[in-house]
Parts: sequence; C-alpha cells; structure tokens
Amino acid sequence: MTISLNINGKTREFSGDPDTPLLWVIRDDLGLTGTKYGCGIAQCGACTVHVDGVPLRSCSSPVATMPGRAITTIEGLSSRVAKAVQKAWIELDVAQCGYCQSGQIMSAVALLEKKAKLSDRDIDLGMAGNICRCATYQRIRAAIHLASKRLASGDPP
Amino acid sequence: MPRSKAWFAVSVLASTAASLSSADDLRSPESFSSTGNQAERSRAIFIEAARVLQHPRCLNCHPAAVRPTQGEDLHPHSPLVVRGIDDRGATALRCTTCHGAANFAASGVPGHPLWHMAPREMAWQGKSLAQICEQIRDPRHNGGRTLAQIHEHVARDSLVGWAWRPGGSREPAPGTQEEFGALIAAWIESGAVCPVGQ
Repeated sequence: MTISLNINGKTREFSGDPDTPLLWVIRDDLGLTGTKYGCGIAQCGACTVHVDGVPLRSCSSPVATMPGRAITTIEGLSSRVAKAVQKAWIELDVAQCGYCQSGQIMSAVALLEKKAKLSDRDIDLGMAGNICRCATYQRIRAAIHLASKRLASGDPP
Repeated sequence: MPRSKAWFAVSVLASTAASLSSADDLRSPESFSSTGNQAERSRAIFIEAARVLQHPRCLNCHPAAVRPTQGEDLHPHSPLVVRGIDDRGATALRCTTCHGAANFAASGVPGHPLWHMAPREMAWQGKSLAQICEQIRDPRHNGGRTLAQIHEHVARDSLVGWAWRPGGSREPAPGTQEEFGALIAAWIESGAVCPVGQ
C-alpha cells in the first residue's frame, strides 16, 4: 500500500504496512533522524512531531492516519516561535546528552504557539510528557520563559 | 479420595458454576424478577450494573482529582497528564498527543476519536455505590441528562462502548454494552432506586 504524506511541506511517499508507526517512516524510510526513538510506547516524548500544528507522539501514530495532514518534524520547524525557542535553547545551553531535546523543543514550540505567556505550572504540565534522563528540566523551563519574554517584547528571534 | 466422593465434589462444583454467572457476564434484568419488591429489585439491578460502573475501564477516566488513572489497579496515569479546562488535557499535552482514533497495537496505547476524561462533577473514584447512583440521577452531576438520556448514553455512546473493546491486555468491562444498557433501562423502569449506604 502506498501512502502519500505531507512532511515539512513536501510530498513524500511510503509503501508498506499502514499500521507502521509514523516514527519509523520518518526515520527509516525518509531519513529524517532528528526525531528520536525513546520508548515506543508514548511514555517519553522523544518522538514528538507536529501534525496539523499540534504535538503528536509519532511512535504511537499509525502512518495510515496521516494522509491529508501536515506533518512537521524538528528539521522543518521555521516559525518565529521556533526560532525564538532555538535561540533560547542555545543561549542557556539547555541540552546535555541531547537525545530527548528534539522532542522537548517540539513540545516547547507547540506550547508557546498556543499560549504566549506561561507560568511555571503551564510549562510543567505542558512538558510533563517529555522525559529527560539528564534532568535538564530547570534549563528547559528557563529557556521557555526566555523565549516567551523575547517573543512578547517583539525582538526578532 | 474415594471415587464416589470425588464425583460428588465434581458435580457440586459443576452445578454451582452453572447457577452463577461468571465474572465476565452480567445478569439479565429478567433474572431479578423474583427479587423482593420493586424498590429492592431496582436496587439489585443497579448493583449488578455497577459492576460495569466500578470497573477499571470506566473508573480510570472518572477520577476525583485532576489526573486520570490507568491499569487494572487504577495507578496514576503515566505520563503525568491533567484534565485541563476541557477534560482533554493541558496545553501541548492533550489526550490526543498520545491517544489516537483507535487502539494501536504497536505502541499499546488505547484510542478512540472522542478520548477524554469525564468532567469533575462526574467523578466516581472514591465514591460509594450509593453516591455514584445519586450522581447518575442528578442532572447537576450527569451532564444535565434525563434518565432516558442516561440510558441512551450508556447504551449507545461509542466512547462508553470502548470499555468492552479496550484492546491489548486490558480487561474488558463485564458483559456487553447491550446487556449493560438493558440493566440501566430496567433500573430506570423500576423507579431508579439507589442503594443505601453501599
């Protein structure tokens, strides 16, 4: 079965089992390895992508449900919010081992796209599904606050 | 054990099994026809239906607090998720972040197109059977439904129906949705009487 996918604005084809998790298609078939495999059971958030603008665990999403939907991976992030998050992440040196960070950034961008001004609790609850074994949570929270502040001030990211 | 005693034991066990419904079955409304007066019959029917209401497949998404539970032992949902303002999760961590439109065998994550928690006022966890029953009758705690609408909801709603099609190793609710609906209909017809102090 051939499935047509819109990934990062480009049309890509997948031929195979329609029950294949989107994560495997993204990584193994399309070579977009920025999205990570962490657990395979929607427990860690490393595989987070955006589908129609909202975060989704690609390990728990059959590729058959994706035609007609806009998929964005970490490689395709380009919005003003995404740039602000990227800049804050670099500035605060958030990543340690880095394995979970693409998932963290996908969730952080989705959070800021939905809500510009965030409390610590908003961040903690919105990011609770993204686990970091290096425990960089404090820097993640600080970087989201920093990105939020920059976006609110109107500074170019 | 002498052969005659062994046969007796086997026959007693067999007849006992035949007279009791299994843990997976629900009794039919007709099986309550000889139960006491109408109020007692109504209570007894509700108690049977409550085997579904108090099953983990139902209780997990009727929590008293902001966080749903999961599993047969009602342990806190992992990852940490909360009901949010619309019972569908927090900003950027919605139910649909992980739960798709159908159960997904590859990840083991259950799914349904309408996946969400029951509203706070419909919390059942930590409540007695009598309290759950009163809530179900009370429009302030049942989503503003009449009893007829309650029957329609439990007998036809497809998210309620997921409880019998949970996928994976999850135990389905007892009986079938149709049987559950028949019990609730019989409870309503018999006066919708609630258990006392249970």
